[in-house]
Amino acid sequence: MAKLMLEVNNLNVSIKVKQKVYPALEDITFKVNENQVVGVVGESGSGKSLTAQSILGILPANTEVTGSIKLENDELINKSSKAWQKLRSNEVSLIFQEPMTALNPLMKVGKQISEVLRKHTNYSNNECYRKTIDILKEVGLKRPESIYHSYTHELSGGMRQRIVIAIALVNNPKLIIADEPTTALDVTIQAQIIDLLKDIMKKRNGAMLFISHDWGVISQVCDYVLVMYAGKIVEQGPMENLISNPQHPYTKGLLKAIPDFKKRGEALYSIPLRVPALTERRKGNWPYIEITEENKQVVADIFPEILQRETKE
Amino acid sequence: MRFLVKKLVSFIATIFIVSLLIFFIFNILPGSPAQAILGVDADEQQVKLLEEELGLNEPLHLRYIHWIIGIAQGDLGVSYKYGQPVAEVLKDRIPISFSLAVIALILTVVIGIPLGILIAKTDGKWSSIILSMITQLGISTPSFWLGFILIMVFAVKFGLFPTYGFIPWSENLGEALKSVFLPSLAIAVGNIAIVIRYLKNSILDQTKEDYVRTAIVKGLGANEIMYNHVLRNALLPVLTVLGLITADTLGGSIIIENVFALPGLGSLLVTSIESRDFPLIQSLILIISLIIILANFTVDLLYKVIDPRIRV
Amino acid sequence: MQRKSITLYIGAVLVSILFLMMIVSFFWTPYGPNEMNTKIALQAPSWTYPFGTDNFGRDIFSRILEGSKTAFLVGITSIMIALTFGFIIGGIAGYFGGIVDEVLMRIIDSILAIPGILFAIMLVSVFNTGMQNTILALGIMGIPTFARVIRSGFMQVKEFDFVKSSKVKGAGSFRIIFKHILPNIFSQIIVASTLFFSGAILAESGLSYLGLGVQPPDPSWGRMLSEAQAYMTNAPWYIGITGIFIVLLVLGFNMLGDGLRDLKEKRN
Ligand SMILES: Nc1ncnc2c1ncn2[C@@H]1O[C@H](COP(=O)(O)OP(=O)(O)O)[C@@H](O)[C@H]1O
Ligand SMILES: [Mg+2]
Repeated sequence: MAKLMLEVNNLNVSIKVKQKVYPALEDITFKVNENQVVGVVGESGSGKSLTAQSILGILPANTEVTGSIKLENDELINKSSKAWQKLRSNEVSLIFQEPMTALNPLMKVGKQISEVLRKHTNYSNNECYRKTIDILKEVGLKRPESIYHSYTHELSGGMRQRIVIAIALVNNPKLIIADEPTTALDVTIQAQIIDLLKDIMKKRNGAMLFISHDWGVISQVCDYVLVMYAGKIVEQGPMENLISNPQHPYTKGLLKAIPDFKKRGEALYSIPLRVPALTERRKGNWPYIEITEENKQVVADIFPEILQRETKE
Repeated sequence: MRFLVKKLVSFIATIFIVSLLIFFIFNILPGSPAQAILGVDADEQQVKLLEEELGLNEPLHLRYIHWIIGIAQGDLGVSYKYGQPVAEVLKDRIPISFSLAVIALILTVVIGIPLGILIAKTDGKWSSIILSMITQLGISTPSFWLGFILIMVFAVKFGLFPTYGFIPWSENLGEALKSVFLPSLAIAVGNIAIVIRYLKNSILDQTKEDYVRTAIVKGLGANEIMYNHVLRNALLPVLTVLGLITADTLGGSIIIENVFALPGLGSLLVTSIESRDFPLIQSLILIISLIIILANFTVDLLYKVIDPRIRV
Repeated sequence: MQRKSITLYIGAVLVSILFLMMIVSFFWTPYGPNEMNTKIALQAPSWTYPFGTDNFGRDIFSRILEGSKTAFLVGITSIMIALTFGFIIGGIAGYFGGIVDEVLMRIIDSILAIPGILFAIMLVSVFNTGMQNTILALGIMGIPTFARVIRSGFMQVKEFDFVKSSKVKGAGSFRIIFKHILPNIFSQIIVASTLFFSGAILAESGLSYLGLGVQPPDPSWGRMLSEAQAYMTNAPWYIGITGIFIVLLVLGFNMLGDGLRDLKEKRN
């Protein structure tokens, strides 16, 4: 049995907008094991980033959380900010989507990496420097000594993303969350970064939560996948099962919408529903879609649970 | 190199335009200086004679060129009133105005920046509303009136500072500082308020940036994030008002010197206007303007030092 | 209530009260503002003389009421001068763009490097002192600020499709300026005017304090302060109260301007 790293149980997050409370995440439950890459896939607005933010304790102030998030059996919900500081980058760290803005433009990148070690370890300056150079090499940057003394504007998007990854890795966290780590990059660079992440995961015995709206990326990296829609996990399971034998119509729809999977000449499918905006949601009413005469059939096809609920009433 | 060249060209162009403007105002606008010196009753003959004596009968462009060349060589003209070279008249007064301005600027930075950070940290609470009212008040208070209030409270009532006059630095450092402290503070208060305001807004803007989130995820504490990351970024926009603040400090010192009877450039300017000592006024205004243009230029260069994105 | 609107609200109230005071002073002051009676010189505030009396025994309250006229007059007329010339210069720069714009803005920026008060002092030293010359100097001092605002307004609006299309349709320049550009930059001009008003009041009081601004018999708060200076110790209220009125008026316009700007930004 693989060791359990992260266990999320009945996580609910609600967001207050103009004095009203709306459900943003409902009943999120999943696990991440050691050596496992768990993917989170879903359209924009489905709550992927909020899930990541919950695990890192960086939810915005207008939110309320219930449920349980355990990292190696340590409950994270309601930790003090001092305790969070110790956890972050030691136990769990994050790779951001936007390498262009995720780094401080006025600080040398080397310092932005070694800062993590300075904060969390007792290494001497020299050791911090050496470790930083090592991690720069590990994320595939050539001439690490000169990179160390560069500023972000002197680096390309791909190089910056490698720096962001280095920051996330440098203190050997047990869990790494990557929130759309390749979305902002060119296709070729995307492939390089994905290879790098795969490599790193192979070398280290860490666990990773990999967030993307892109099935193509998810299918390359992940062992296990969660499919999200409007703040709820629609379906989850091992990668192969999900792709070869999806259960939920929404998952099927998402898979149909992938360009690589479509047959030649066939028009690209897209799911004919948009993700409801936060303020359109009412608790207990998932998937929050207002049913009209026109969309009735479509909704029934994609979210059959709605019909079950309606017949029950 | 582009940045430096561009800034240098703009620096020189600004000096040229400002000097031309000052010259224009003093020499083309109606009213002959000679007439002004001699008074309205003077007859034409006298006026002509004086004009010749002052070199006012030369063509305009030559007069401008002579003036500028003179200034470049340190010859600022001869004061009508003192009958001395202007440079000589200014010599003893420059250190006074300089001390005043430098101390005012130091106070602005030393008080303004910490308070700006403090207010940014308390943002959203009632205290921050009250503090922002106080900054509004600081910006709206005439520095010379504030000077009176400071004199009444700290000099007259508590006797902590002299009420007026300047004690040279060479005589007694402590007393010299005391003699310029209140006037410097009076000038600084408005600028402190401006720094607080800019810095506060800038910090709040920066806090929303992604790199701050990265810093949080690194496990850094609020203070580490503020001082290692946010502050430097937040200071950049404040730097752009530093030129403005320098200008304001020098402008403020003109009036304040009269409140505290400090024999600096500002009080000299006012007395020379009263005596219509045009060469002196003209050179004085040019000098003060040059100092400000130089300060702006320095701020531009400082920008370069702080922001690595600006290429030399 | 929102914090932003508190600023606007306080600013508007302050300005309205002082404006009303100014209107009242045309019809009524408790005493003649120039009525001297040395027997009652430098009296502390009391029921008969709410703000006390000055060194000539004049009622300070009446003189402050009278002085508010000057403050508003100087503010409003100097804005009109600055706005008119600022509009012409900024309009030309913004409308034509290119080299014309570059040269004009270069000059404007250079002038902005000189502190306003120094610029005003320079002009007054040539024009001579007095109310009219002060207004003229402050008006000229304001031209660069307004020229900048109006130019950027022109630049923005010029790119709007409806302006381009009405140009294509052959609408005359004047028509375009008055129908499209002016309404669009109106709010910016209001904000700039409000903030400039407070700058002009500060500058006027400074000039008048130095004896380079408004001259007797015209009333002026700045002038009153320079008279009050000599009696700082035995009549502190004279300096205190007079200054407070300058502060209130400047504060009022500053807050009003800031509030309006926030309101405008929120709308966009
Ligand atoms: N701070 C916030 N305030 C209001 N709404 C928010 C906030 N953060 C996220 N949301 C909303 O919550 C929903 C989920 O957001 P997010 O987790 O960012 O989606 P994803 O990462 O899957 O695209 C979206 O509808 C988003 O608009
Ligand atoms: Mg997201």
